[in-house]
Amino acid sequence: MMLDLREYSCLGAALRAALDRWPNEICLIEADRDRENSRLTYTQFKQAALPVARSLQDAGLKSGSRAAIIMTNQSKWLISAYAIFYDGGILVPLDYKLTAAEQIALLAHSAVEFLIVEYHLWRAIAQLPESKSLHSLKRILVTEAPAKAELFGAQRWEEAGSSDEPNFVNRERTDPACIVYSSGTGGRPKGCVLTHGNYLEQCMALTALFPFWPGVRYLSILPTNHAIDFMVGFIGPFTCGATVVHLRTLRPEYIRDAFTRYHITYMSLVPLVLKNLEKGLRQRFSDLPPGKKRALDFMIRLNRALTKNHPRPKLSRLLLRDVHKAFGGELRALFTGGAFTEPSTLQFFYDLGIPVANGYGCTEAGTAITLNDFKPFRADTVGKPLPGMELKILNPGEDKVGEVAVRSKTVMSHYLDDPDQTADVLQNGWLHTGDLGHLDSDGHLHLVGRKKNMIVTEEGKNIYPEDIENVFEGLPVKEFCIFAANYIWPKRTMIGEQLIMVVHLDDPAPGTPAHSETPKNIRDEISARNRTLANYKRISGIIRWGHDFPRTAALKIKRNVLAEQIRDSLTPNHVEQA
Amino acid sequence: MPTLADTTEQILNLAAQHFKVPRETLSADDDFFKKLDINSLQALELLTRLENHFHVELPDYELQGVTDFRTLAERIQSRL
Repeated sequence: MMLDLREYSCLGAALRAALDRWPNEICLIEADRDRENSRLTYTQFKQAALPVARSLQDAGLKSGSRAAIIMTNQSKWLISAYAIFYDGGILVPLDYKLTAAEQIALLAHSAVEFLIVEYHLWRAIAQLPESKSLHSLKRILVTEAPAKAELFGAQRWEEAGSSDEPNFVNRERTDPACIVYSSGTGGRPKGCVLTHGNYLEQCMALTALFPFWPGVRYLSILPTNHAIDFMVGFIGPFTCGATVVHLRTLRPEYIRDAFTRYHITYMSLVPLVLKNLEKGLRQRFSDLPPGKKRALDFMIRLNRALTKNHPRPKLSRLLLRDVHKAFGGELRALFTGGAFTEPSTLQFFYDLGIPVANGYGCTEAGTAITLNDFKPFRADTVGKPLPGMELKILNPGEDKVGEVAVRSKTVMSHYLDDPDQTADVLQNGWLHTGDLGHLDSDGHLHLVGRKKNMIVTEEGKNIYPEDIENVFEGLPVKEFCIFAANYIWPKRTMIGEQLIMVVHLDDPAPGTPAHSETPKNIRDEISARNRTLANYKRISGIIRWGHDFPRTAALKIKRNVLAEQIRDSLTPNHVEQA
Repeated sequence: MPTLADTTEQILNLAAQHFKVPRETLSADDDFFKKLDINSLQALELLTRLENHFHVELPDYELQGVTDFRTLAERIQSRL
């Protein structure tokens, strides 16, 4: 059984206990394409990590020292993180997908003294003049540097060993464990200071809903620096004796192989990837001979009926044997969140006996705030608050919608060096998320958007652009989004607010000006969909935009950035009547 | 060993075939995400095809930050 995390004051202590509790269980499998790079037991993990911990201690890493990791998902990521926690350090996990300049900015902002980084990423950083400003760095360890590579002042991770035993440094629950830079759809990244207590509480809450145990295999493809994977792809499995599978390549064919080769139990994925997965499966189903297709449809309907109240994995695997075989035969659930997931997608997978737990959270709240628990399955919500989470809706309108606020032991301590931003979001112990939603009678949270991009009708009704977007899903355009017109061109008035749609078309004809009129067929489609909405929710204008929408690393539209771009180049006169 | 120009030409041909677009619409400095209207997963599929063609193995990170065919060709050329 998993450790009782109430007994531990810090992540280092909990992980240390885990390594001793399950010495012979496999904790990590690292695969690269169709090769297996490594497979480590908990004992072997300890043997790999302690020399690194000692080496860092010898270089000066002590209680409260900040150490960053920039790596793709792999064994060395977790080994390095454990070494840092063992020494009492504060981990700063950075996103390997950021540009070198962005990584330098965050390294400077967090004033890290130690950096453990994949060679090619360090090479890109070190070659920028800005890297000279990283004065706080005392020691850089690079992984997998080629034999004769220029190391730019770093040392090889593989040589950073010491046979001397490192000293374990205990930390308190209130001490910072990590500084995690959040990526939201508005504004610059902020350094969320999350404590050991935050993580231990979050781990207990999540594993209460979705338990891990020895033999469970989690496929880790979301970046481990991100809150989700750090928890369900590291801390959660490790404190329960489970296995984490890393893939050094994210080619879809190898992800498919990994399911069957390693009999994956859980995986997290962003909604966009889930949607792609659905598309692929639907295509394969439609390619079946008619008889087989009918049989499959029947089994899917039967499975849906028999799992109405809760998932029944064994039954689903029996009814839909071939589908589950393609997923390795042991898949219990997929996790998703971070952006809107279409209910039809969630239902599609649930009907196949592959429940997708749709959740909601933010780094500031320590990962997940709400999560669907399938009791019963709901495709239309982001679930109920996790154990230990208090959730309230601030200043609800007539529609009961207001800003979601959270109070919990998992909520961050503060934003690094930013008391103003901290005071904006942490008020009287409550985290103001900036997201809008309402709770239904079953206690499920429905998200309807973010706080600032909205309109209020003359009748006092709050209208949220993201809510309207659902109606227009599937438009024959490359991408679109809806704004409150006042969000793009702010006016000091609370009346006459309108919604407008910004469309970016597929492949305009050569020579077409970027902001020319929207083609008639698309306008007609928009118009038809618009008419299905209540009058006060309809969009009143369309803007044709000729560039890709700016997006975050998690592929969410950066609405404030897009709004600014539009504001800088267009005026309300460019808006076509919808 | 092929020259960089040869490699680039082969990549453009393969990309055109893979994504079923006329070869003449592609050029070396095109942003392949925009030109081909593909996402990162589809780009990885192209990478696999190029690996098989050139008999090289290109780690995913070689594609990081790469958006044009010419730079992609340079990455492949360096491994020939």
